[in-house]
Amino acid sequence: MKTRIRNGLLVDPGAAKPYKADLFLDHGKIAAIGKPPAGFKAAQTIDAAGRWVMPGLVDCQARLRDPGQPEKANIASETAAAVSRGITTLCIPPDTQPPIDNSATVELIHHRNELFGHKARLYPIGALTRGLAGEQLSNMASLRDNGCIAFGNARFPLAGNLVQRRAMDYAAGQDSLVVIQPLDPELLGNGCAHEGAIATRLGLPAIPVAAETAALAKDIELVAQTGARTHFGQLSCARSVEMIARAKAKGLPVSADCAIHQLFLTEHDIGMFNSNMLTIPPLRSQYDRDALRTGLADGTIDCLCSDHQPHEVDAKLKPFPSAEPGISGLDTLLALALRLVEEGLLPVSGLIAGLTANPASIFGLPGGKLEVGEIADLIVVDPDTHWICHSADFLSKGKNTPFEGWDFNGSVTHTIIDGEVVYESTSTD
Amino acid sequence: MAENIQLDENGKLRHFLGIEGLNQAIITEILDTAQSFTSVTDRTIKKVPILRGKTVANLFFEASTRTRSTFELAEQRLSADILSLNVDTSATIKGESLLDTLQNLEAMQIDMFVIRHQDSGSAHFFAQHVRPGVSVLNAGDGQHEHPTQAMLDMYTIRHYKQDFTGLRVAIVGDILHSRVARSQIHALNLLNTAEVRVIAPRTLLPVETESLGVTVYEDLERGLDDVDVVIMLRLQKERMRGALLPSEKEYFRKYGLSQERLRRAKPDAIVMHPGPANRGVEIESSVMDGSQSVILQQVSFGISVRMAVMSIVVGQSGLHSGAGT
Repeated sequence: MKTRIRNGLLVDPGAAKPYKADLFLDHGKIAAIGKPPAGFKAAQTIDAAGRWVMPGLVDCQARLRDPGQPEKANIASETAAAVSRGITTLCIPPDTQPPIDNSATVELIHHRNELFGHKARLYPIGALTRGLAGEQLSNMASLRDNGCIAFGNARFPLAGNLVQRRAMDYAAGQDSLVVIQPLDPELLGNGCAHEGAIATRLGLPAIPVAAETAALAKDIELVAQTGARTHFGQLSCARSVEMIARAKAKGLPVSADCAIHQLFLTEHDIGMFNSNMLTIPPLRSQYDRDALRTGLADGTIDCLCSDHQPHEVDAKLKPFPSAEPGISGLDTLLALALRLVEEGLLPVSGLIAGLTANPASIFGLPGGKLEVGEIADLIVVDPDTHWICHSADFLSKGKNTPFEGWDFNGSVTHTIIDGEVVYESTSTD
Repeated sequence: MAENIQLDENGKLRHFLGIEGLNQAIITEILDTAQSFTSVTDRTIKKVPILRGKTVANLFFEASTRTRSTFELAEQRLSADILSLNVDTSATIKGESLLDTLQNLEAMQIDMFVIRHQDSGSAHFFAQHVRPGVSVLNAGDGQHEHPTQAMLDMYTIRHYKQDFTGLRVAIVGDILHSRVARSQIHALNLLNTAEVRVIAPRTLLPVETESLGVTVYEDLERGLDDVDVVIMLRLQKERMRGALLPSEKEYFRKYGLSQERLRRAKPDAIVMHPGPANRGVEIESSVMDGSQSVILQQVSFGISVRMAVMSIVVGQSGLHSGAGT
């Protein structure tokens, strides 16, 4: 279908600032920007006056719990949430049940998405080791042929440095991206809160900064050894930002993201044992939070992710140390990002790059850009809509949000995937 | 989330979850009430009707000898009906969530829960989910707080030293894993103790321990200088396995309380221990049984203190109604 988006302010991650221009979509692609192509006759026109038009968000870490944990979420519920909040592409970590270590699971995910999904693009990250058990390499080459865009072991430890070195060698040999969430399993232990004054006061088993940084230091050395392109996910510590900056300065092929909630919350938000604040890695100190923000602003942190982990109510209805970690993040990803813009951390195009062009480029995905010929995955955002976060309104099955009651500005009016409107908000127009 | 769910809208105790968040007036009320109950414990008929017709459930998800038995004695002396459950965490509880356990018991019209659980925050969790009018008393939650133990320790100190404002108190041992220490520190600070010291090797100290309002010593002898009260903490044997300490022998050499080391404290210093003590590991037998030890007195004070807390929580401060009748 031919579509014209008129009068919008284009938020192009490649441009210094937004500019006003019309967009012309044809055959699922951006056909032209500014002036219509010769003979273009729009079948549909979207008036985006006073609104931002930007690439659909690319969330490089979101668990949809499908297959395997229907009590928590499924592809239907989570892709519905995603497109309603402007996320058009999601990378799925391999710790589904069964894990993404065989082509059948990859196909199952795509099949379910076709049957029940809401048109969002799903890209599975394959298991680095068979069964995520950390011992034997997965069939990486076959998995890649079947559509795995990267390989990682989610939060499951590898048996040792030798397995890790060989897995990274093997991935490097086929030019696959390796995804690592750096966490030393022994230093992590049974910890559930940042090792600091709050954990001390509440008597919570603590997770030291070194649980992340000791692992990260080793991982970076193995990048230097193997040359494997490596993306470090969900960093939480100031020292990690420094280490990534140094690795980049040395020219190592590394990139990094952090979960967007880490830019807002700290250990203090645990309050009196609020289990919605339980995350791994944990909410760290204000110092860490500020360093992550600075790292995002200066480009050391390449992208942001939701680190979406939807849970059923019972998973959080437990004393803090026994509750399951993670935040339902799809419904607040864009809103939090826009708040960072409001707070002046980055101009909107720079900030949005961390949720579009940067992850697309790191993970080798289409989209994320406003360029002629690029796929037409786009969102229209009304920056002035004021709303209050109520988990009951989430389309995600996971209502486990730490942002209940927060005030946000900006919401999606249209989500377009492959040139088709897949979501349109009912409260506008 | 309200930080003071243990207080009702009038600032009265509704639950007793931790010392943190209380105020000096409440702590003093507990101590004064406990004092009025010691006369009950000394009588031939050791009962008052404060909890008559009320049912108290003792839910111990972790083993306990003295805390549980002194709670039960306190409940009996207040004329409560008692339901005591030892919940075997390894097997039976697996299938049922803590919340289900709570709701099943609530269906039996329980008025008060006394709970000990291995998770820090479990008592708060319980208190957030009980029906209005039902009280929760924390008998130890993970490594967080053990407030009735701290109150009986405060009672003991007040009994021997009267006023806290001039006191130096040293807490020695495994601060990292100790819910008792955390509660004691809050209580001592609320009572305006002149100086609270903690003494431990670094592996048994949580990070930023000073933020709790204490002075940290890693050397026992320096830490004991001129203190009025020495509180020894139990060293659990499994700490040796986790590479936290080299050996019991070395621990005793550096951190064990001997007669000789006790001489660095004030001559009239008292020695306390929440029990159960490991003789020859954290404390020498001669100190434990010595003239400065008040360890057994602590246990007997434990009954009146728990009676006091329960009376106050049900709205009947024994000062005015129960104990005198």
